[in-house]
Amino acid sequence: MSTAASVKRLVVTDPDLCVGCMSCMFACARRFPEAGLAKSAIHVRSVGGFERGFTVIVCRACKDPPCAKVCPTNALVKRKGGGVILYASKCIGCGNCVNACPFGAIQWNFDDNKPVICMHCGFCINYCPYGVLALEEIR
Amino acid sequence: MIDPLLTRVLYIDLSRRRFWVEDRKDLFEEYLGGTGVAVKLLAEEVSSKSDPLGPDNAIVFAIGPFTAMYPMASKTVAVFKSPLTGNFGESHAGGRTAIAIRMAGYGAIVIKGASETPIYLAIHGDRVYFRDASALWGVRSTYTVGRVLREREPGSGLRTIIRIGRAGERLVRYACVIAESYRHFGRLGLGAVMGAKKLKAIVISGKRKIDVKNPHKYRQIYNEIFDKAVKSPAMKKYHDIGTPVNIRALNKIGALPTRNLKSAKFEYADNISGERIAELRLARRTACSHCPVACIHIASIREQYPHEPYFYTTRYVSYDYEPIYALGTMLGVYDIDGLLRLLEAVEVQGLDAMSTGVVLAWATEALERGLITIDHTLVELKWGKWENYVKAIKYIVDQPNEFYKALALGAEETAKKYGGLDFALSFGGNEMPGYHAGPATHIGYLIGVRHSHLDNAGYSYDQKLIGKEYPPPEKVVDDLINEEAWRQILSSLVVCFFARGIYKPELVVKALEPLGYSYTVDDIIKLGYKIYVEKYKLKLNLGFNLNKLRVPKRILETPTPNGVISHEFIEKALKYFGKKINELINEFT
Repeated sequence: MSTAASVKRLVVTDPDLCVGCMSCMFACARRFPEAGLAKSAIHVRSVGGFERGFTVIVCRACKDPPCAKVCPTNALVKRKGGGVILYASKCIGCGNCVNACPFGAIQWNFDDNKPVICMHCGFCINYCPYGVLALEEIR
Repeated sequence: MIDPLLTRVLYIDLSRRRFWVEDRKDLFEEYLGGTGVAVKLLAEEVSSKSDPLGPDNAIVFAIGPFTAMYPMASKTVAVFKSPLTGNFGESHAGGRTAIAIRMAGYGAIVIKGASETPIYLAIHGDRVYFRDASALWGVRSTYTVGRVLREREPGSGLRTIIRIGRAGERLVRYACVIAESYRHFGRLGLGAVMGAKKLKAIVISGKRKIDVKNPHKYRQIYNEIFDKAVKSPAMKKYHDIGTPVNIRALNKIGALPTRNLKSAKFEYADNISGERIAELRLARRTACSHCPVACIHIASIREQYPHEPYFYTTRYVSYDYEPIYALGTMLGVYDIDGLLRLLEAVEVQGLDAMSTGVVLAWATEALERGLITIDHTLVELKWGKWENYVKAIKYIVDQPNEFYKALALGAEETAKKYGGLDFALSFGGNEMPGYHAGPATHIGYLIGVRHSHLDNAGYSYDQKLIGKEYPPPEKVVDDLINEEAWRQILSSLVVCFFARGIYKPELVVKALEPLGYSYTVDDIIKLGYKIYVEKYKLKLNLGFNLNKLRVPKRILETPTPNGVISHEFIEKALKYFGKKINELINEFT
């Protein structure tokens, strides 16, 4: 039997519940000692006008992540259970990972010229009053 | 340590197609941001001689230290010289405007001059593009303009798309500016100012970090405010039914202006109440950027095509209390779909819903009384007949005859020409908001810097006095000034007035601290007065004359929940206000 702590991933329960307030995006950046949106790993945008609702883009925590495959410096390494971890000191800011993700789930930090990678910590969930986001156990 | 990017002002000269950035730390340190800074920036650009529709008018958009930092700080302040009143103009909008400006790296944007050909501005961080908009000029609907720019410009999710409609192009003096399809710089004709500058739209986007002086404390206060935003009953009201919750509430107390304020009760109020619209037509609730309250209510209009049995169109329109008052109760419209069609019509054209409704209410009564005939109005304007009002809205923009040319100038200008000033419901040239709650309501419209109910909330003051002894005019004026002075702080930070119950002076001071500002409660209240005085000084410099204010007779005829308003009471209040404002100017200059 495994005694390791469970691994979780961030999921979008129902994007139709999203009001587009961006509180999750701002929360993500507050994990660091800063405000703004430079380090936000979540992206919310309208589907094509506010009336059609929103799409909430988060890292899917792929078991076989395409972003890691295209990283020329191995700055992105597989995370246990799914997703990737960024070793920023190795990253050369080529942006291959951004293009490789079919969901567009890798955001870009223009201040540092590096990708922003979701850690699946779930901090953002505390700031979504509408229950759009949740943490799910990875089996 | 104030965020160094907040104090940057982007100047754009449309005549020379040039832009530059100036650091205005001086203003942001003294006046916080938002309205405080915007008033000073405008004062540098315009004078009493500037033509509101000339290249010598300027538009200032400003945000403040709370923008993108705390929840419910989602508003942008716009100031300009108003083509409707010929005086100081100020209008606020939410949507994505404020966050986009801050993330693009500016605290304010000043737009001056005028283009010779239609253009739109694309501001992406440090890059500013003057793009040709000749193909967008004359496009039938503001929704279409939004759609085109959405696909043409980058920054989805991180941008604002601000645009005008044909009403602005054709210089209707109460044309509005639309942001994100459903939010508006609604009042006082900013749309016409943009139209006169041949500026069809502005797209702004950006993404950056903001350094915080004390991150630990910042997060703590953030959590406190966020908690209040999602848990307080005051905010729940805005989230659930939204502002239209007021339709029933105001009708119940008899403060809901109806049929050009011939009455303050609408017998069909329940047909178009917030509760009813939510039940039958609410399609989605959305939020301004960085506001978890989500008060934006969007209704659906589902229509069958007459020639095709199984062909439907489903369209969307946002609704709020004021537009329902202006295009619903003021016009006697009780059909829910008719009302939504009217809301859609003003949105498509880019008109201020409030002024449009009040102007049409005046025209309906003028026709009823025989001051004008159907030769003027071209369609029969009759209470409740929404189909004809839809046509009239288009005529206001197209201006097919002299009458509609006058109507495009506002209720007061039209009544000066055709008679009926007594029931032309405008204050300082601005059409009346949707409250008839007592003397303070109207004194508030008259003395408010922008003649808006939001200046000093006299309507709310009155509602609290129902059934109680009414205070003397001097006390009313003092209280209204006090409220208006405090609201200068809220709109300098810039927080939404809906959150005024949360952002009390103590909390404001506390929340400023980790961002590098040190104020005491006393300091911040005094600063509110100082900004208020600066604004009034600009208003006076631009030619405002308190003695020339017109009190529409109609407001003295229709009883309020605080009784019939006496003219003498209002006169006393205005006289006292004149004295008081001079004292304040001396004290704070």
